[in-house]
Amino acid sequence: MTLYFLCLMLFCVGLYGVLRKRNLVKIIVGLGIMEYAMNLFFVLLGYRFDGRAPIVARDQNILNMVDPLPQALVLTSIVIGLAVTALIISIAIRIYEKYGTFDITKIKKLKG
Amino acid sequence: MELHILLIFMIFAAIVAIEVKDLLSSVIAVGAVGFALCLAFLILKAPDLAITQLVVEILCLIILIRATINKDLPLVIEGRWIFNTVSTLSFIAIFLLFAWLALKELPGFGEPIMAVVKKYLQEGVSKTGSVNIVTAVILDFRAYDTLGEATVLFTSVIGIMAILRRPGRKKRE
Amino acid sequence: MIDNPKTGMTLIVKTITRLTVGLILLFGIYIILHGHLSPGGGFAGGVIVALSFVHLMLAFGKDVAISKVSKNLASNLESIGALMFLSIALLGFLGGSFFLNILPKGTPFNLFSAGIIPLCNIAIGIKVGVGLFAIFLTLVIVEKSK
Repeated sequence: MTLYFLCLMLFCVGLYGVLRKRNLVKIIVGLGIMEYAMNLFFVLLGYRFDGRAPIVARDQNILNMVDPLPQALVLTSIVIGLAVTALIISIAIRIYEKYGTFDITKIKKLKG
Repeated sequence: MELHILLIFMIFAAIVAIEVKDLLSSVIAVGAVGFALCLAFLILKAPDLAITQLVVEILCLIILIRATINKDLPLVIEGRWIFNTVSTLSFIAIFLLFAWLALKELPGFGEPIMAVVKKYLQEGVSKTGSVNIVTAVILDFRAYDTLGEATVLFTSVIGIMAILRRPGRKKRE
Repeated sequence: MIDNPKTGMTLIVKTITRLTVGLILLFGIYIILHGHLSPGGGFAGGVIVALSFVHLMLAFGKDVAISKVSKNLASNLESIGALMFLSIALLGFLGGSFFLNILPKGTPFNLFSAGIIPLCNIAIGIKVGVGLFAIFLTLVIVEKSK
């Protein structure tokens, strides 16, 4: 129970970074921390005391495994997180070339 | 017990990553959070996820350092700073209070219900022939989701190539 | 590989890279192929293959890496990987429905077992590996041509 609560506190640290920081790279760092917290929360839901890793061995009981379904979903989520981070970093590089700064209060002009 | 220590370390490293002024230091702190997450996956008996998280974290660090090297920004505190910080922190406190009340409804840590997975575990090896149950789930029972993920990766590669292109034009004489 | 002292890193890094790049590539291929027997699979193995090419580029400079895998080759290989995955899925129509596992299952714990799953792992490994290296190539070429 306290493990779930600590995981949500990590999510809130990332949320604070997205809401309150003015530097664009700090916002991207906060987004990454939120992704890590949610992946960890999913895997925490499927743990079982005295469970085994979900790989069948010849001489072991098969119904003693941890839950493999959240692990399959989180595997997809980790790779998609990498793709989104790479795309948003390339947009940030382009913004720096055009405006000369990473400060979000100075890039409000919508030019053509 | 080890999980509690790892999670408290991750929270401290995340606070350091958000608050420090130097951009390179904050990227390195995010790398520390990612590596601690890989250790947490190993403790929770998920070896597939630990391998994937480790190598994806290394690649993410390389891309982040490429974007932030030699680019720094001085910190400026402008007006209405106290009101913004207090309102954000109170919103986060209300969110955590309701989360505490809602988390009591979940089954306790370590005793999952596992109503859907019993069928996958009992018939997994005989229906697919693969010994790794996680691979059998993502490539045989739920292969449609893997097709969607391949599409998302493809879209992101096309998007990066379109954003960072140097358009060359041939001058017509 | 050429040892031009003006590009890339120092001599120690170049010597170690010559020894380890082939080993990292081989390890990535091993994790892709044994995806149905031990932890790993297509995604982790593909990222390891991409990391071996990135290692080559970081140590030797941009020109040596582009002479091994150029930008057109990376783009074509990634499309071929995605099309291979889709055609394996469409082959399931021969058995009755989309994505059906139609090849023989074999005995467990062998390398040639589990029907479609090793072929799908190879297709996804090629796609993810070459695609992530193409992302890195695009980021590096932007910096040098400014």
